[in-house]
Amino acid sequence: MLQKIAPQTLRLLALVAVMVLITLFFASQISGFLNGRLFNRISSSVAIMALIATGQTLVILTRNIDLSVGSIVGFVAFATGLMVGHHPDLNPIVLLVFSMLIGAGFGLVNGVLVAYARVPSIIVTLATMALYRSSLVWFSDGKSITTESLPQWLINFPNTVLFSLGAMEFRAAFCASLVVVIAVALAMAKLRPARQIYAVGSNPEAADLAGIDAARVVLAAFVLSGVLSGLAGYMFLARYGTITVVAGLGFELKSVASAVVGGVNIFGGSGSVIGAFLGAILVDLLENGLRLLPGLSEFWREAVLGALILAAVATDTVISRRLAAVRAARAQKEALAAREVAP
Amino acid sequence: MMARLKSWEGLLLATLAVIFLFNVWATPEFISPANQINLFQLSIEKIIMALVMTFVIINAEIDLSIGSMMGLSACAFGYFFQLGVDPVLCIVICLAIGAVGGAFNGFFVTRIGLPSLVVTLATLIGFRGLARVMVEDHGINNFPAWFDRLGQEGLVGRVPFALIAFFVLFVFLYIVLERSSFGRLTYVIGSNKDVAEFAGIDTGRHKMVIFTASGLIAAFAGLLFAARVGAVRGDVGNGFELDVITIVLLGGVSIFGGKGTLVGTLLSVLIVLNLRNGMGLLNITGHIQTGVIGILLISSVIIPRIPLGRGKLKAEA
Repeated sequence: MLQKIAPQTLRLLALVAVMVLITLFFASQISGFLNGRLFNRISSSVAIMALIATGQTLVILTRNIDLSVGSIVGFVAFATGLMVGHHPDLNPIVLLVFSMLIGAGFGLVNGVLVAYARVPSIIVTLATMALYRSSLVWFSDGKSITTESLPQWLINFPNTVLFSLGAMEFRAAFCASLVVVIAVALAMAKLRPARQIYAVGSNPEAADLAGIDAARVVLAAFVLSGVLSGLAGYMFLARYGTITVVAGLGFELKSVASAVVGGVNIFGGSGSVIGAFLGAILVDLLENGLRLLPGLSEFWREAVLGALILAAVATDTVISRRLAAVRAARAQKEALAAREVAP
Repeated sequence: MMARLKSWEGLLLATLAVIFLFNVWATPEFISPANQINLFQLSIEKIIMALVMTFVIINAEIDLSIGSMMGLSACAFGYFFQLGVDPVLCIVICLAIGAVGGAFNGFFVTRIGLPSLVVTLATLIGFRGLARVMVEDHGINNFPAWFDRLGQEGLVGRVPFALIAFFVLFVFLYIVLERSSFGRLTYVIGSNKDVAEFAGIDTGRHKMVIFTASGLIAAFAGLLFAARVGAVRGDVGNGFELDVITIVLLGGVSIFGGKGTLVGTLLSVLIVLNLRNGMGLLNITGHIQTGVIGILLISSVIIPRIPLGRGKLKAEA
């Protein structure tokens, strides 16, 4: 049976199973854990992280990493807040495009340096993480964006309930983010240009021989990561309203953690956007559950989270290695059997 | 290859000279002994961790957990001290925590076979969490007078203990990297792990030693921080890992492993410290300083690629 399911699908199913088990565990320990409020809290925060993790996944798939996403989110949130503060009657869509364009610009800088100047991505984005953050400090001049300066529609946007299932409210921000994730996931599965990301990530030489312009693919991945971070910055502004120079700090590591927990191989080539999305939910579920767990000081949250991320990745690696070995052995046996039958 | 490395260090030296002279010219008090010692003292934890990070990166690995380990060690010191444990024993416990934490990273990298980027990302979160468990959300201070004095005052003349420790560690590690078989193996394993394994080298054990040392030194840095500041909080050392890695990479150590020297790291340490101190004296804030160092980091990788003169072009053609 296991032979018929693709390893990627199997991994997603395992992830869902783990998520269900963890939810059941928390539900058995915490009275009233499974309520609408929990769903709303997780979905509001996942709405932002899922976008960043999606961009991060695209970059990781090409064997790179983007550590600048947190700084991009912070800068975009601030710039968008400033923009809408000065022009309160700006069309929401224009504002959205504005956010995404700033993100794209930052992503372009990263991408050019990685793909064409051939500087390793960890160096480039380590530097631009600092650089974008210091641009924000310079640009903001010590001021911060406050909720009062924002138009009402922007503040209302993330909490607008589109529809609800019982107490579970599907809010606009979460739905928008879900649509983006699904669109990217479909593109990654079906569209030729998007498939090139996998090709470049799993075997750059073969991709090159197949006529794929690897540099352009890597550039595109970074630009997309910038665009998605820009979008996340817009959502961040709408959700929190108050933006200081530390906005989005630490998102880079959380997005990498979401992707890795979601089964994206840190060495590139394998993994999926849906996996990263589930990873983001899982990380958030753990954070929320551990916070509410009776008898556990809230200060244990981070420690347990770190241990669980490590456990998740270790288990995944060990199991998929075993599985690959079993498959290889079976394939060899079948090949031998076929050779015996042939003459 | 050797000539190129030499020229890289020459470039670093020239950069350092320019920054140094500019600082002297821009602010006369820069050159005062008090400021010079202050310059090292303010970032002493980072520059000590940069020495071991040089080994980690030459070995083609990375350790993102050092900032958190530093925080954990500092908080553990505060925690046990508050429980009434003898301060000397506290120090020993903290160093042991560092070694165990480092070995924990090493175990997952070498025995389970996970990439160090992932393992140390998880322990970055985990160690920080343990630090917060120990001190929760309050600070701990009132350490014994001798402990604070060790961190804040001169040990030999005006030179504090931490600075002496840095230079002693530098000389020791320089000898290990340049003159011992352990150092040679660090380069061999870093440039090609598979070849090293075929040559019968126990790469797992070697990496294990390096990760353990990295944790140990991070814990040591945490103690230095506790002594220097005289107080600990849950966020001690937060984000230090990225500064440390920046220093090492700026020093010419290749992120792909196998290349780099401790002299490069030392020069890079001096450049970063002089640059930050000079900008600080000119009232430029910390975030902007970090941005400038970011630009320096990217240029440090791009500039050596620009062909200088025709001779080199011919050689490459």
